[in-house]
Amino acid sequence: MAEPDPERGGPVGYRQVYRPLLVSRVRGQLAYPLSFALDVLAQAIGQAVELVVILVLFSRVTELGGFTADEVLLIYALAGISFGLADLAVGQLDELPRWIRTGELDVLLARPLPVLAQLITADLQLRRLGRVIVGLAVLAAVLTRAPVAWSPLAAVLLVVTPLVGTVIIGAIWVATCAVSFWVVEGRELASAFTYGSALSTAYPITVFAPWLRRLLTFVVPAAFVAYFPVLALLDRPDPLGLPAALRYAAPLVAMAATGVAALVWRSAVRHYQGAGS
Amino acid sequence: MLAPYLRLVRAGFDRHASYRAANLAGLFTNTMFGLLRVGVLLAVVGRAGSVAGYDAAGTATYVWLGQGLLAVVLLWDDGELAQRVRSGDIALDLARPWDLQAALLATDLGRAGHAVLLRLVPPVLFGALVFPFRWPHVPATWPTFAASVLLAVVLCGQIRFLLGLTAFWLLDNRGVRALWATTSGVLCGLVVPLGYFPDGVRAVLGALPFPALIQTPIDVFSERGSPTGLLGHQLVWAVVLLAAGHLVLAKATRRLVVQGG
Repeated sequence: MAEPDPERGGPVGYRQVYRPLLVSRVRGQLAYPLSFALDVLAQAIGQAVELVVILVLFSRVTELGGFTADEVLLIYALAGISFGLADLAVGQLDELPRWIRTGELDVLLARPLPVLAQLITADLQLRRLGRVIVGLAVLAAVLTRAPVAWSPLAAVLLVVTPLVGTVIIGAIWVATCAVSFWVVEGRELASAFTYGSALSTAYPITVFAPWLRRLLTFVVPAAFVAYFPVLALLDRPDPLGLPAALRYAAPLVAMAATGVAALVWRSAVRHYQGAGS
Repeated sequence: MLAPYLRLVRAGFDRHASYRAANLAGLFTNTMFGLLRVGVLLAVVGRAGSVAGYDAAGTATYVWLGQGLLAVVLLWDDGELAQRVRSGDIALDLARPWDLQAALLATDLGRAGHAVLLRLVPPVLFGALVFPFRWPHVPATWPTFAASVLLAVVLCGQIRFLLGLTAFWLLDNRGVRALWATTSGVLCGLVVPLGYFPDGVRAVLGALPFPALIQTPIDVFSERGSPTGLLGHQLVWAVVLLAAGHLVLAKATRRLVVQGG
């Protein structure tokens, strides 16, 4: 099989366009090793601070929303990995208002590539790996202590959960950042859901008020990032009495969330008429 | 002598009053985060009834005041000062017939005044309506709280000023800003009340200037601890940080080379 040839109208693929772009972004960030190391460290500290908060809370109580410290830390670790990976991939959508205001977005629209793919490859934020590393370290430590019901299915779930969680948070990020196409202050509004998801995914949803739980389960599906999969890992029923099937529903939720995000993004781009710059 | 600075206070107020959409968006986001944070902390208090002297009403008061105060003191800025240092525009600011530190402080006071109306009052009223809430029991608490918030604004302004000035040496101070962004919430007592920490940690944190930005005004409002001690801690650090800002700016100015100037 010959490679698709762009000159003959074949599809423009990953190897010709995106890989060189991504490689150049990675090289660019590694060009200043000290600055990069500090950035990674700052991200790791950010994730570690949230760990400190959980530990301080548990110095005062033995359970939170019906979960022990190890169980909450399991949720926190999986959520942290997902959030770090999602932020790495699509975090720069935060800058969308700036791209719109300066007219740089119009340049992207004129190119024969999807806008979202261009934005994602425009700046892969490798420093977010700092969060992922701390998340992985806590996960490794807590797995030896938390009462995980080990089985082949649990092992698969453990590997799949952070990746599915990344897709869910990424979808939330894309869908809410698309608001910037309609609202000037979209970035600030979106951060209630994007950065808010760092907080809402890291705790058992049982701590929240009933309406907020429903919001985090059925509207902004943060509960599927770590909470429901951890219920399955621990093999315990949902204290809220929700169907047991929800514990394994995260991949389906991720697909649905991606579909919704794609729809919102497409209609946002179609609606966009430029900032007149 | 003072008149131009008073006009800067007014200008700071007016400038931020014109960012209506930004203020409403910020209000929405602060409120959403408040709902998540109050959920977690009320779950902690729930079983025990009271933790570290915080019952349900004390906890809700703590969260909603904090969510408002973080916008009033402007815990996280957009790095405008560092940007002006990097671009060289700071040379213009220094050339003007004013004291840059005082001018920025005056503008910031105006901004904070507006934020009290649009960013502090609404979340506190929301919290008071939807959650159990603890209003001050003693009338004298109100003027003390106002003084404490004023000192917190001055203190936070000086910390942001010092962080911005690091750009004179680092050029790219993103790392410093990222470090502040990730640690300040805990250091200031915004995320978890300082009272939750073990005694040793609490003593160390309490001696630093950071709790004076968020935790201290909340303590004054909640009538925890002696108002004289709380305001005294703020006042001492305000003097220290104002002096530090003055010294660092003088050093930075000596470093400044206007390119092609």
